[in-house]
Amino acid sequence: MAFASALKCRECGREYPTDPLNVCEFCFGPLEVAYDYEAISRAISRERIQNGPLTMWRYQDLLPVDGDHAVDLQTGFTPLMKAPNLGRLLGLDHLYIKNDAVNPTNSFKDRVVSVASTKALEYEFKTLACASTGNLAGSVAAHAARAGMNAYIFIPADLERGKVVGAAIYGPTLVAINGSYDDVNRLCSELADTYPWAFVNINMRPYYAEGSKTLGYEVAEQLGWQAPAHCIVPSASGSMFTKIWKGLKEFEDLELIPKVHTHMHMTQAAGCAPIAEAYEAGVTRVRPVKPNSIAKSLAIGNPADGYYSLKTIQESDGDATIVPEDEVVAGIQMLAENEGIFTETAGGVVISGLKRLVERGAIKRDEVTVAYITGNGLKTLEAVEDTVRSVTIDPTTSSFEEQVLNA
Amino acid sequence: MAKLRVRFTFTPELIQEPVIWQLGQKFPIITNIRGADVRQAFGWALLELEGEEDQINQGIEWVRSTGIEVELVTGDVIE
Ligand SMILES: Cc1ncc(COP(=O)(O)O)c(C=O)c1O
Ligand SMILES: [Zn+2]
Repeated sequence: MAFASALKCRECGREYPTDPLNVCEFCFGPLEVAYDYEAISRAISRERIQNGPLTMWRYQDLLPVDGDHAVDLQTGFTPLMKAPNLGRLLGLDHLYIKNDAVNPTNSFKDRVVSVASTKALEYEFKTLACASTGNLAGSVAAHAARAGMNAYIFIPADLERGKVVGAAIYGPTLVAINGSYDDVNRLCSELADTYPWAFVNINMRPYYAEGSKTLGYEVAEQLGWQAPAHCIVPSASGSMFTKIWKGLKEFEDLELIPKVHTHMHMTQAAGCAPIAEAYEAGVTRVRPVKPNSIAKSLAIGNPADGYYSLKTIQESDGDATIVPEDEVVAGIQMLAENEGIFTETAGGVVISGLKRLVERGAIKRDEVTVAYITGNGLKTLEAVEDTVRSVTIDPTTSSFEEQVLNA
Repeated sequence: MAKLRVRFTFTPELIQEPVIWQLGQKFPIITNIRGADVRQAFGWALLELEGEEDQINQGIEWVRSTGIEVELVTGDVIE
C-alpha cells in the first residue's frame, strides 16, 4: 500500500489496519482511508501527475492501492468542456461540463469500482458483488469480467431494461429481488457478513469511495491547476459529493493548487431528497425517505454519507437544491440541445439545479462553474422517450416538402 | 444465528418507553447497545441484534409498530 496508512473511524478516530472493513467495531462509525501526506508531498508534483497515464490512475499516489496492477478499463480523465451555449442561456461566462458519461460503462461509477476491484484482487477475493439500481451494476460486472473474477449483482426486480441488459452482457450472476429497496439492502448486508465476497459498496466501501476524489483532481488539473468557484453535483448516498471536496482540499494541502474557495452545491430530485431536505430544515440528522423519483440512479432514501455531505456543505459554504420532478427532463433537454451532450436523469437534476442556483443569485456571471455530468442518457431512454419526435414519410420529394418543410 | 446492526430513532413520546428491554423480553434476541444519545426532544440508539433471522425480523417489525424508526446502520447499500 503505497501511501495509505490506515483506516480511521470518522466518528471516534480509532484506527484499523487497511483490511476489508467498513465500520468501526467499537462505535459502528464509517471508516475512511488515512494517508501519510508527508510522504505523499515528498513524492508528488504536477509534473509527475502530468507524466502519468491519461486515466484516473495518474493520481495513483492519492489512491489506496498497492502495486501497479490496477483493474483498469481506461477510466477517467474525461473531458472538461467549456459550455458557451448553455452558459449564454443561463448568464454564465465560465461554465464547464465535466462529462463523466463517457467512461467505459458510461457513468462515474467506473472510478469507484476501478479502485474497489483493484483492492478486491489485492485481498485475493474471487468474487465481486454489489447491490445496485443500475450504473453500479454495469460497472461492477464489467470490472469483474476484466479482472477475471466472478460477479454477483443484486438488483430490484423492477429495474429498467437498459440497465439490466447493460449489466447482464458482461456475464455476472444477476439476481433480481422480489421486494422493496429495504429488502435488497437487508439481504446484501447479510450476505456480506456470510460470504467471502468483495461487496464494492459494503466491505470495500472505504476504498471504493476514494475513487471519486479523482473527479476533484481532474477538474482542478484541467482548469490549469486551480479549483473552480462552484461545483454542481448530483447526490444519492452523498459519497461522491464529499469526495470531490476531499480531492480539492488534498490538492490544496499538497500545494498542487492555490487555496480552494469552491462552493459545493448538491442537487437532488424532489422525489428523493433526504439530504437537501435536512439542509433546508437546518438539521444535521438526515431523515430517511421512501424514494419515488424519475432520477432512479439518485434514489437512495437512507443515504450513508448524508451527515458528512451536510458537513461538506458547511465547510465549503455551499448549499443543496431540490429540483422538482417535472424539471428533470427539461434539464436533460437543455444540455442536449445546447451542448450536444446526452445525459441521464441525474444530469437533468444537475442542469435544472444549476439554473435555479443562477436564478437565485448563488452563482455570479464571472465565476468559474463546473457542472458534473455523471451518467449517460442512453441508459434512461424511458425518461425522455415521450418528449422526442420524428416524422415518417414516403421516399418522395413531394412528401418531404409537404410533411417536413411545409408542415 | 444472525447479527444485524441497527439504529433506532425515538420521538419525544417514545423516549420513556423501555423498548429495547421489551424487545429482548418478547423475542429471543440479544440486544447489545453500542451507542446512544437520548435527549428531551429526540433520541437514537445504535444496537447489534443477535438471534435467529426470523426472530430478528419479527422483533424489528414489532419495534416499528411502536412508532420507532429502525434503519440499518450502513445506510442504503443500493447504488
Ligand atoms: C449517474 C449517477 N450520478 C450520481 C450518483 C450519486 O452518487 P453518490 O451515491 O456518491 O452520491 C449516482 C449513483 O448513485 C449515479 O449513478
Ligand atoms: Zn469508531
